[in-house]
Amino acid sequence: MSEHIVSVRVYITIFMVLLVGTALTVLAAFVDFPWRLNTIVALTIATIKATFVVLYFMHVRYSTRLVWVILTSALFWMGILFAFTFSDYLTRDWISIQR
Amino acid sequence: MASHAAAEDIHGHPALQHHFENMEQQREAGTLGMWIFLVTEIMFFGGMFLAYALYRTLYPAAFASGSNHLDITLGAVNTGVLILSSFTMAMAVYFTQVGNRRPQIICLGLTLILGLTFLGIKAVEYHDKYEDHLIPGHLIPGRPFDPVVQEEGQPVDHHKLHLLPGATKEKVEMFYWIYFAMTGMHALHMIIGAGLLTFLLIYSMKGRFDPEYHSPVEVIGLYWHFVDIVWIFLFPLLYLLGRHYH
Repeated sequence: MSEHIVSVRVYITIFMVLLVGTALTVLAAFVDFPWRLNTIVALTIATIKATFVVLYFMHVRYSTRLVWVILTSALFWMGILFAFTFSDYLTRDWISIQR
Repeated sequence: MASHAAAEDIHGHPALQHHFENMEQQREAGTLGMWIFLVTEIMFFGGMFLAYALYRTLYPAAFASGSNHLDITLGAVNTGVLILSSFTMAMAVYFTQVGNRRPQIICLGLTLILGLTFLGIKAVEYHDKYEDHLIPGHLIPGRPFDPVVQEEGQPVDHHKLHLLPGATKEKVEMFYWIYFAMTGMHALHMIIGAGLLTFLLIYSMKGRFDPEYHSPVEVIGLYWHFVDIVWIFLFPLLYLLGRHYH
């Protein structure tokens, strides 16, 4: 079998990273970051945690190229969903047409 | 004939379906199929995250007010429970891959128990919201969304809704629609996951999985981790967004 078996040590390390990330995100929530950076900080920590889960718990780091393509295309399409919707909603005040 | 016998060895696994060349191809096809399903799940939850982002942009103060009423301790404990369950799930896959059945069964059982623990804590939280009249709309017949608002200067009562400047009850209700839609959908995925884990547990006790054949453990593991990732985003977005307002 060419299947890669992730070692127990890696799993424990990732588990620890995830717990630390959870503690950090709770602590960071009570800090008043300048320029309303709280959401950015929270989302950055969540994205790092999710990346670790995807790469190691879900074995994507050791998976075929096809899995990488499928996953990144999903995230790309979700990016379109957000970008197009917000390019509408956030720009509605830019023109003075009565609605 | 010797080479024929060797071919029998490779093709002879009882779990190998006739349309696959060998066990490895079958396993990779299964994993790929699961990933394609997870893409549809990403788009499904993506739509709800979009609704959340949109309404939060429109009603920032109301979202912070609604969020501050959620129980941060229960939310954080549940995050820990779910992360631990993801770890035990990963360990279940590991022990299946190396063919160690006893710890495999124990890990699957632990994952199931942790999943049910998460749902139990979630139920306590939902009940708290019910007590405080925070179930939106008329989802509960005869008990519409009608929280008591905390007045300025009155002693702090955690059952009352503290409105930040700019927030109204109607806008906070929108937060609770989204809160219940997202956590409810997530809880439904957990319930389905618990069902799948029960299936895995029964089949692993029957000894159906081995290092050659463990696709069900692997793909249900992928599903479980995906549900964990959704919560990793839900926790800060729903529970922590308004904590830095004083």
